[in-house]
Amino acid sequence: MGKTLFDKVWDKHVVDSITDGPQILYIDKHLIHEVTSPQAFNELKKRNVSLFRPNQVVATADHNTPTVNQHLPIKDVLSRNQLAQLTKNCAENDIELYGLGHENNGIIHVIAPELGITQPGMTLVCGDSHTSTHGAFGAIAFGIGTSQVAQVFASQCLLLDKPKSMRISVKGKLKKGVLSKDVALYVIAKLGTDAGTGHFVEFAGDVFENMTMEGRMTVCNMSIEMGARGGMIAPDQITYAYVKGRDFAPKDADFDKKVAAWERLKTDADAAFDCEYTFDATDIEPMITYGTNPGMGMKISESIPVKNNASFEKSLTYMGFKKGESLIGKEVNYVFIGSCTNSRIEDFRVAANYVKGKQKAANINAWLVPGSQRVVKQIKAEGLDSIFIEAGFELRQPGCSACLAMNDDKIPEGEYCVSTSNRNFEGRQGQGAKTLLVSPLVAAATAIEGKIIDITKQLN
Amino acid sequence: MKKFIIVQSKAIPLAIENIDTDQIIPARFLKATDRQGFGDNVFRDWRFDKEGNLNMGFALNDDKYSGEILITGHNFGCGSSREHAAWAIGDYGFKVVVSSFFADIFKGNALNNGLLPVEVGPDFLKQLLRSVTDAPEAEIKVDLETQTITLLSTGESESFEINSYKKTCLLNGYDDIDYLLNQKEKIKQFEQQNA
Ligand code: SF4
Repeated sequence: MGKTLFDKVWDKHVVDSITDGPQILYIDKHLIHEVTSPQAFNELKKRNVSLFRPNQVVATADHNTPTVNQHLPIKDVLSRNQLAQLTKNCAENDIELYGLGHENNGIIHVIAPELGITQPGMTLVCGDSHTSTHGAFGAIAFGIGTSQVAQVFASQCLLLDKPKSMRISVKGKLKKGVLSKDVALYVIAKLGTDAGTGHFVEFAGDVFENMTMEGRMTVCNMSIEMGARGGMIAPDQITYAYVKGRDFAPKDADFDKKVAAWERLKTDADAAFDCEYTFDATDIEPMITYGTNPGMGMKISESIPVKNNASFEKSLTYMGFKKGESLIGKEVNYVFIGSCTNSRIEDFRVAANYVKGKQKAANINAWLVPGSQRVVKQIKAEGLDSIFIEAGFELRQPGCSACLAMNDDKIPEGEYCVSTSNRNFEGRQGQGAKTLLVSPLVAAATAIEGKIIDITKQLN
Repeated sequence: MKKFIIVQSKAIPLAIENIDTDQIIPARFLKATDRQGFGDNVFRDWRFDKEGNLNMGFALNDDKYSGEILITGHNFGCGSSREHAAWAIGDYGFKVVVSSFFADIFKGNALNNGLLPVEVGPDFLKQLLRSVTDAPEAEIKVDLETQTITLLSTGESESFEINSYKKTCLLNGYDDIDYLLNQKEKIKQFEQQNA
């Protein structure tokens, strides 16, 4: 029987298998940040173990960093300490750190691909669930806990049971204005937030084949929101073209040799999956979430479903919505375009294209938080910054920002925020904040109108 | 890691589905650089109101309930990979979490910290929640050796699955890092072959 893309990459990284137990999986790249690494460094110290492969670790500061005045000392003492600790730990262990203000700084899942660190066929981990993003390159990439961060520090390996496999195919042509984020939200709304548990997902079909790398990253990023360990897309010409020429990408003849190997990373025709789903692209429309998990999403033109279930009702109460209600016309005061889901250049191009020549509504606070310093540079190079600033948007410095609101970028109590991030959990964007997940296009349209509109009407 | 063999205790019922890691420990409490003290902020925004007063309607604050076992709704621990969620639950004093379904990363993190996730069928979960709510003094016994969870008042019992490697680790108090450190030679060999 043939092998899946996932099998091919996994099997190549198995160091050994324990009888009746897990396998030892070798990890090519380990990405770290300030929040989930300090206790792992402490663990090494406690055990008097040294870091095994420092040159396979890359660090950034992103979760806890301010998005204004990054050149000034951080006001919050705890955040400042956490960043100082990261700097110290990286220096002591010879780890490359792209700290605040560095030209390579940004959200870990944005910078690793854009620097060419992420490549097809790799295994890649980070103490952050959205590590699934890197699967867009045909890599096995997944989030780990801090104990596992310490294991990778100590041995460059993890003890894991091989996950089950799932394939999600989306076939056909996407309608105008339907973005990769909508595809992700649609699939999660259909399958639920626990459908992928225990599985690695391969996204297949012409919709993903025709997607840009940015779009593929958005989809793989959101695969964790359906409970999957990660998502993957087979590498192809689009992938190679993206990787080529980036700082850490192989060069010249080495690159060609790598491409020849990457070409083999495709699921064999006779490979079997534990589970398969197929969706029709033409059924997908711009999406929005109405509840407090990413599976509570619907087409923006639809109404909130009517379900009698205590958890569902609790969620609607938190959001201040009613069963059967449409969200069209709801006023919102905050719009956030950012997070490792949608903060790449393509996302800002989509938003700028819509916003150009328009003005944001007076009630709206529109925060644009690029994923990295390089995205900021690109925004400026393409003149998108002036489009946004003329429209009254606030362009901030890179970081996770209001995606998890660990820094000062918090949505106030009770306010709605139309957001391009990945989680609408209670209080995720600030205590009592109510999040509605959307694509960058829907976010931009909301900012202009000051309320939720049926974007499909404008598109047709 | 401490050994885990048997836990017999009263339990606290939390009949909510899809409890995510942001509810277990909100992000604003992730600024610490050590592992201690997270129990103070477990379920912070459900336990306390905005002014910091205890929300007496919440099960953890209800004097009726106590114990080392937390019984929760389906799909517990979804969301982020923050191990702080497992630390917070353990630090608060729980040794077992029971649900009909756990999110992957949470489950792994819990096992790595000696907190046992016990997955039971939806009917048994309902039964446990009902019994504990009606009779908070009812004790539950979780036996890792035999992989069973028993409601002592009625004797009703169900067995649960656990990976045999993880079971050995918990029963003996070993962790993965010890194991991996002993495999260094194999790992180096692998690196050479794949260089
Ligand atoms: S942007 Fe949000 S989801 Fe992405 S790494 Fe940062 S906190 Fe996590």
